[in-house]
Amino acid sequence: MKAITGNRLSDGAVVYLGDNDLWTEQKSEAARFDDGDVAPVLHAAQLRVREITDAYIIDVSADGAPAGRAIIRETIRGAGPTVRGDLGLQAECCA
Amino acid sequence: MYRYDEFDARLVGERVAQFRGQVERRLSGELSEEQFKPLRLMNGLYLQLHAYMLRVAVPYGTLSSLQMRKLAHVARKYDKGYGHFTTRQNIQYNWPALVDVPDILDDLADVEMHAIQTSGNCIRNVTSDQFAGAAADEVEDPRIWCEVIRQWSTFHPEFTFLPRKFKIAVTASQNDRAAIRLHDIGLRIHKNDAGETGFEVIVGGGLGRTPYIGHTIREFLPKKHLLSYLEAVLRVYNLEGRRDNLYKARIKILVNAGGVEKFTDLVEAEWAAIRKSEIDLPGEEIDRIRAYFSPPDFEDLPAESAALEQKRTSDGAFARWLRVNTVVHKAPGYAIVNISLKPVGGIPGDISDVQMEAVADLAAQYSQDEIRATHEQNLVLPHVKKDDLYAVWQALTAQELATPNIRLVSDIIACPGLDYCTLANTRSIPIAQRISERFADLEQQEDIGELKIKISGCINACGHHHVGHIGILGVDKKGEEFYQITLGGSGAEDASLGEIVGRGLSSGDAVGAVEKLVDYYRENRQDNERFIDTYRRIGADPFKEALYAAA
Repeated sequence: MKAITGNRLSDGAVVYLGDNDLWTEQKSEAARFDDGDVAPVLHAAQLRVREITDAYIIDVSADGAPAGRAIIRETIRGAGPTVRGDLGLQAECCA
Repeated sequence: MYRYDEFDARLVGERVAQFRGQVERRLSGELSEEQFKPLRLMNGLYLQLHAYMLRVAVPYGTLSSLQMRKLAHVARKYDKGYGHFTTRQNIQYNWPALVDVPDILDDLADVEMHAIQTSGNCIRNVTSDQFAGAAADEVEDPRIWCEVIRQWSTFHPEFTFLPRKFKIAVTASQNDRAAIRLHDIGLRIHKNDAGETGFEVIVGGGLGRTPYIGHTIREFLPKKHLLSYLEAVLRVYNLEGRRDNLYKARIKILVNAGGVEKFTDLVEAEWAAIRKSEIDLPGEEIDRIRAYFSPPDFEDLPAESAALEQKRTSDGAFARWLRVNTVVHKAPGYAIVNISLKPVGGIPGDISDVQMEAVADLAAQYSQDEIRATHEQNLVLPHVKKDDLYAVWQALTAQELATPNIRLVSDIIACPGLDYCTLANTRSIPIAQRISERFADLEQQEDIGELKIKISGCINACGHHHVGHIGILGVDKKGEEFYQITLGGSGAEDASLGEIVGRGLSSGDAVGAVEKLVDYYRENRQDNERFIDTYRRIGADPFKEALYAAA
């Protein structure tokens, strides 16, 4: 499955396109798309230039976790640097 | 230190105001990201994995206490309480918000700092020997010429859109602490047989996917002709360098593809045509710049300090730090202090706002208000009285800035890697952390001696792995991190490129591999050989065997 991600324009934070068409920092809230349906969604997302930058498609598993070739990159990108557990989203959740 | 004149101040001020407008227009949607990206890059602002990244220039690595305090302020107010010193003597912030960047740049401008020439296909911030003005082995202070180059290169209209980025390093010592043979242009100030000082001009060095050691295209260039000669080199590159292929756009490709003789001929012909024009600075202008770098008023001190000797004898930890982290100064009774940003298990080059303030305090009190950043991601207090070394050591120790490991196995260069960088294939920092933990024993480190480990998380080689005595390159294999070992590289005066020794290793095995290589070296070294000397004497094969056969 696929999801759409990008960086929020104002501060660069990693965001995902959610079910309600809003951007969310929570990967688990990312809307999931079938491979064949995602291209037009990305195109529409890329037009929202005042909200985000560098939007692209990522592979996700059925439960929303990063998958595929870029799994390490997307895991780190979503959570924060592995060498600084006190920073990024990883520091906020599960404390 | 150099102080801005009215032109510098206006230039920087206008640039910040201009960028503030550009940010506003991006946020309003008036500028697309495509239009905005080159503009933000011209102001040192990148987009990385988690956030934006702002790279601030530290021209030739020289900072005052006031500037360091401002860097701490930026880390505290706008970022997450730390900064990261880079291999080009600059500092990066990993979390600035776009909306804050104009204010950050305004704050930096208050202390004569900026982010100009830290990105884009221009002549980048010039780098130098971190011991400049203090080193016992230098011919003269190379920063005078760095500043000349800075003024000439900043917003040089002809060289704003080069085929690719362009990096210049200057040293005035035979012992190369600025990696001049790995730069687009390396300049070494030296004396000729007649006793005159001039530049050896080295061109076409570089790392990345196609590494080269630079070629000397002129043994001796009289100093007064520096700018016209540089202009000739840049002009040839700007005209002849490839713009059709990103991977072949650096000057190293131009120099090496057509041959160094052909390149030299082109430069000399261009220089002959332009050298009589008014590019070279008049003598009085050079004198004006030189005056900013007049040596501080060193006190007339005895060469040795009784107070220091007493502490050296009574405190073993201090004695070790003295041996490893301090360097001979040109003025009697003074020493150069290296501040290690590589604590055991730490992140190479990272420094907190509190530590920055502490370093600023020490510089103000003990080092003529001067701080240097090094290309090996450490800091330096260049002018410390030997009488004060104990107090400085104690203060650094309290801030975890006194790890006695300069030039040793845990003094590792590592790029940010996949923990931060959007270009990286693998992480680099965790490998550096594991190696420094494995070799945490300080006595063992000192016994191993000089050993330069350099780690890059992708082929762009920001971690200089090609020139590590032991180099480590991260490669992604189907979503798994692997690490390739190279041996025999050097970025110093004996510059050489490392050789790949075999198949890639997992992250756990990479750390063990370093241990095997070090063990093999210790068993086979002769006399005072460093790791690199033993490697060069016996060659790669025995090391390869030690690495792979025993497994």
